[in-house]
Amino acid sequence: MDPGRLIRVAECEWQMPQVGAMRVPGVIFADEALIRGMDEKVPLQIGNVATLPGIVKASFAMPDAHWGYGFPIGGVAAFDADAGGIVSAGGVGFDISCGVRTLLTGLTVKDIEAVKFELADVLFARIPAGLGSTGALRLDASRMDAMLASGARWAVAQGYGLAEDLARVEEHGAMAGADPAQVSDMAKRRQRDEMGTLGSGNHYLEVQRVVEIFDRATADAFGLAVDDVVVSIHCGSRGLGHQIGTEYLREMAIGAQGAGIALPDRELACAPIRSPVGKRYLGAMRAAINCALANRQILTHLTRQAFRAVLPRAHLSLLYDVSHNTCKVETHVVDGSPRELYVHRKGATRALPPGHADLPLAFHATGQPVLIGGSMGTGSYILTGTARSAKLAFASACHGAGRSMSRHEATRRWGGRRVVDDLAGRGILIRSPSLRGVAEEAPGAYKDVAAVVDAADRAGLARKVARLVPIVCVKG
Amino acid sequence: MSWEHFAHEADIGVRGRGATLAGAFEEAAIALTAVVTDPRRVAPTLRVDVRCAAPNVEILFVDWLNALIYEMATRRMLFGRFAVTIDANALRAEAWGEPLDRIRHEPAVEVKGATYTALAVGKAADGAWEAQCVVDV
Repeated sequence: MDPGRLIRVAECEWQMPQVGAMRVPGVIFADEALIRGMDEKVPLQIGNVATLPGIVKASFAMPDAHWGYGFPIGGVAAFDADAGGIVSAGGVGFDISCGVRTLLTGLTVKDIEAVKFELADVLFARIPAGLGSTGALRLDASRMDAMLASGARWAVAQGYGLAEDLARVEEHGAMAGADPAQVSDMAKRRQRDEMGTLGSGNHYLEVQRVVEIFDRATADAFGLAVDDVVVSIHCGSRGLGHQIGTEYLREMAIGAQGAGIALPDRELACAPIRSPVGKRYLGAMRAAINCALANRQILTHLTRQAFRAVLPRAHLSLLYDVSHNTCKVETHVVDGSPRELYVHRKGATRALPPGHADLPLAFHATGQPVLIGGSMGTGSYILTGTARSAKLAFASACHGAGRSMSRHEATRRWGGRRVVDDLAGRGILIRSPSLRGVAEEAPGAYKDVAAVVDAADRAGLARKVARLVPIVCVKG
Repeated sequence: MSWEHFAHEADIGVRGRGATLAGAFEEAAIALTAVVTDPRRVAPTLRVDVRCAAPNVEILFVDWLNALIYEMATRRMLFGRFAVTIDANALRAEAWGEPLDRIRHEPAVEVKGATYTALAVGKAADGAWEAQCVVDV
């Protein structure tokens, strides 16, 4: 994108003037190089989101913004029900509540060096990954509804994990307002064999090493030091979320005109928050959030079992669990007044500031851990929410590196075996059922996560705390 | 009759071309399978019937792909051959395939859903029918 069409209001903040049907301006947080690298579809999509009824303040894009569906990936927008605001199935997307959770292990790299091959194999054997894998847990109708109503809390009550985990999950492990009755039988059927599965594509489970600390005090509070070993799990609500997205996107796309909403792009499918379909979607979407939280909780349990088999003295405790594709009701101060808003984050992470009431006590002084996934080769970052982030984009930050090339192009350039061998040469063990899947996810197919995170830090969206590199990656 | 993929930054587009609208839908379904595996590796040993109806032909196309995605997910099958008939925005189809074999099919990635992005159904300049959209993986 040509930065000449934007107004630079700060080093890493650019404004798209309000034109045409836009109800608010657009704002992109990025440095100039990232702006130049963004697809022309990104400003188009930011502008389209800005036309939706009830949007408040601006249509935002994070530093990792790229061409998405309706909303850009990395898009954040908040809507006010009192102002005729909408909820958008397109704005949340198919992989509802896809997110990252990071576990501390109490181990250092020295502890795992001698057993890392065994650990990789045991994790790969125990974590169902890739297309066609199934979980060991099969839910009947009443247990499915109980899971959809109370998420990770349900999982812990079933013996998957520890009660202490729940304080370290957004919504304390259970999204309020979930309505399993609004989830179709088809969506529930699609989930039947998928509880406790990783999925495929960009989803992964990584054993990671802390290689750099940027903010020692916050890192201490998070329990992170150089050479510590942590585990990060990236996955979402599986087939249930995909099916809910599919069904409500269709219903909202067809119904928008009747609701008096002019959609500039069908993928922005939405409905008034206070309409019957809007309320049904919110109930179903929150159930899908619970499905994702339960899924990551079950995977945590499987991870603990794997570590216990190889490294009995490891104690895996939860650092935090964040979700990327959600719409949440939150109170934000706009023009000096608190307002209840429906905040859509499409490929963006919530980044609550220090002292926020929704944070566990452990993070009151530091702000919320913001967990950013990178690629298999480049590594990941942990940031923290700041007082400034709450004022910029409804307490939101980036979520990952973002792809720089298509899957087809990646498979044309790299073979899966070569990617696995190259990474093994750098001490990174890949375990995946699909070599083509590995090739499609080659590190070179992703943007530089460091540039994205630096821009988020400099923009004030979140502050860098630690950098992690993979030791073992189980890829779906 | 042909199919191809087209580039989307995060995901992948599927496009089918045929002498008829139904033919374009059949080819696009092969392109959908090709996101996951080489369609030539899928043996047509089992038949699944699919029915869809929609307010217009573009939504019908998305419904068709989403119906296949659902059948692939819940039956744990892949499909390699399709016979589609379309009448007044209503579709009836037979999809032929086999259970997913993780060794033989080497599935690359799961398709989450067909989207309305880059969605187009119509006649190309050369008179052939084309149907396309981006799928989320």
